[in-house]
Amino acid sequence: MVLILLLIPAVIGGIAFLLPNDPLRRALLVATALTHAGLTAACWVRSPAPMAGGWLVLDPAGLLFLSITSTLFLAAAVYAVAYLRREHDHVTRDAVEGFLFSNAPEATFTGCLLLFLAAMTLVTLSQHVGLLWVAVEATTLASAPLIYFHRHHRSLEATWKYLLICSVGIALALLGNFFLAVAAGSTPLVFCELVARSGQLNVLWMKAAFLLVLVGYGTKMGLAPLHTWLPDAHSESPPVISALLSGALLNCAFLGIIRMQQVCAAAGLGDFSRSLLVGFGLISMAVAAAFIVGQTDFKRLLAYSSVEHMGILALGIGLGGAGVFGAMLHAVNHSLTKAMLFLVAGNILGAYGTKSTADVQGALRVLPVSGVLWVAGLLAITGSPPFGPFLSEFTILKAALDAGRIGVAITYLALLAVIFIGMATIMLRMAQGVSLRIAPQRESWTAVVPPAALAAAVLLLGIYLPGQLTHLLQQTAHLLGNH
Amino acid sequence: MTLDIILILVVLIDLRLLGASRIEASIRIVALQGILLGLLTVLEHYGDLTVSVWLVAVGGAVLKGVVFPWLLVRALRSSDAKREFEPFVGPIASLLAGVAALGMSLWLAQRLPLPQAPHASLLVAVALFSILVGLFLIIARKKAISQVLGFLVMENGIYTFGAGLVRQSPLLVEFGVMLDVFVAVFVMGIALFHISREFDHINAHELATLKD
Repeated sequence: MVLILLLIPAVIGGIAFLLPNDPLRRALLVATALTHAGLTAACWVRSPAPMAGGWLVLDPAGLLFLSITSTLFLAAAVYAVAYLRREHDHVTRDAVEGFLFSNAPEATFTGCLLLFLAAMTLVTLSQHVGLLWVAVEATTLASAPLIYFHRHHRSLEATWKYLLICSVGIALALLGNFFLAVAAGSTPLVFCELVARSGQLNVLWMKAAFLLVLVGYGTKMGLAPLHTWLPDAHSESPPVISALLSGALLNCAFLGIIRMQQVCAAAGLGDFSRSLLVGFGLISMAVAAAFIVGQTDFKRLLAYSSVEHMGILALGIGLGGAGVFGAMLHAVNHSLTKAMLFLVAGNILGAYGTKSTADVQGALRVLPVSGVLWVAGLLAITGSPPFGPFLSEFTILKAALDAGRIGVAITYLALLAVIFIGMATIMLRMAQGVSLRIAPQRESWTAVVPPAALAAAVLLLGIYLPGQLTHLLQQTAHLLGNH
Repeated sequence: MTLDIILILVVLIDLRLLGASRIEASIRIVALQGILLGLLTVLEHYGDLTVSVWLVAVGGAVLKGVVFPWLLVRALRSSDAKREFEPFVGPIASLLAGVAALGMSLWLAQRLPLPQAPHASLLVAVALFSILVGLFLIIARKKAISQVLGFLVMENGIYTFGAGLVRQSPLLVEFGVMLDVFVAVFVMGIALFHISREFDHINAHELATLKD
């Protein structure tokens, strides 16, 4: 089962490179996404057997992040069909500078997209320190060509920054893994073994290892001040890729940090690691707030919002207690909401032909469905009731108050308020009013159904939390437990 | 003893890189460093030389000593770039920074004694020094190709640490490392070709339109 989950996207990804027929390849993409989602759903019913001597195990945390990845990939795959048809085989005019450019071959795009899914699946399954690292690195390499889908100098710049900054980050995480090996001595580098024999870990090297891994995976996760690749990569890649990067990839790096935190907490270094996480979390939120206010590019706006939410996740884990549960729930909420917003942003970009916030007006009239989703997405992502993120952000606030950290709670609330005002001013101005340039349009269903489904899920999570999901979140929170 | 000589050579190579101005010469020096590290792996495991140790050592030496340099030299020649670095930080200032980094690495290595092998602090210091030099080269040089070189030097530092110290860890991990370094540099190599085609030169300095 575990092996099938991995092999299906990997093998079909390989096939997609070779298929000569574009429509067939698109059908294959959706079919693979459906199969992957089906298999993931099956894992909820019956947890699959461990593989490769305990190196590949689907534990609660893995299942949670696998489910997020699989859901988003399905939405992205359906959306991609119409997107690829529209972008197919013709030279496009650049929205910002007006020059002409062509796209990467569709075979490369779909092939890399499926390999990207395989790499992310491997991240969620890996229980071995080294294997997890290899998987995270593989996600970088598989996604770099995806960012360079539009062949022009800005996307090339974004790809180069992404490759270089993330490779350096990942290299530091590798050094952290070596430090962890030194700290572990003769203990095998499998996470459950490390937790079980945490008493034997060398404290000094363990601290150094955590710091390096946090900086390494934090780069990939987009924690400030290591986030510099993120706005560029998110704004220059196609909407499908932005959605997956923000909703699925950042979570994969977060999972790496969670695993490391698991070992740290067991080794009695919880206070040390948690204070680092709280620090990175608040800095990320502050940096994001500074760049969100007055942002002129709406895709960059969403990208900075991802930096903010990654900060919230780190903060939740760092606060401990109920904050861990809140952070896990928030990971789900943020992924669904942000992926939905990036897909809608793709529709707006398609209709208006610009990424500038000033040039978009009257989205509610021009794109009736996408416009409504845009406003709903704004409310959801800024943590307004009745959407899911409200619940999770509130849980994290409660954790801060429970822990008696009034300063953290006040900073958190103040930053959330600034970001709410910053995002609302920009995004509402885009939705309201009348556009003089663009006539109202009929939208194709593949462009609106995936984001609408994600929006419905976010709304549902705000009103009703299914028992099974709560149970899974509690199990995951327990892994990071209050040792 | 031989081990120490190799480590000192690695440090000298790092310092030479900081003062270098010609790219092609630097590529060759980094290649030499890769081969030295292969030798280091063999010497470290001298008592128990299994097949996998040989594979890691020889594989690493071939990749870093032959394949990467060939790839990078090709990328360099395919572009009309001037064959010099055009650094943000000049050679003398770079060397001074290198000396400071060396001091810092030695100090850090003192603070982090290895539990299993307390005498190997030179190895830790050399590994940290290579990593710092690699990071410095990435930041302080304009050309994209020199950033790849910096990345390689940094990886060499990490490899020094891994090959020398993590004896208990399964070699499979080290294989994964080799594989990933290979693929990372390969993908970066492809990106370099695209950059040289798009801009007619591989100057990362030009990659600066995206900002807030």
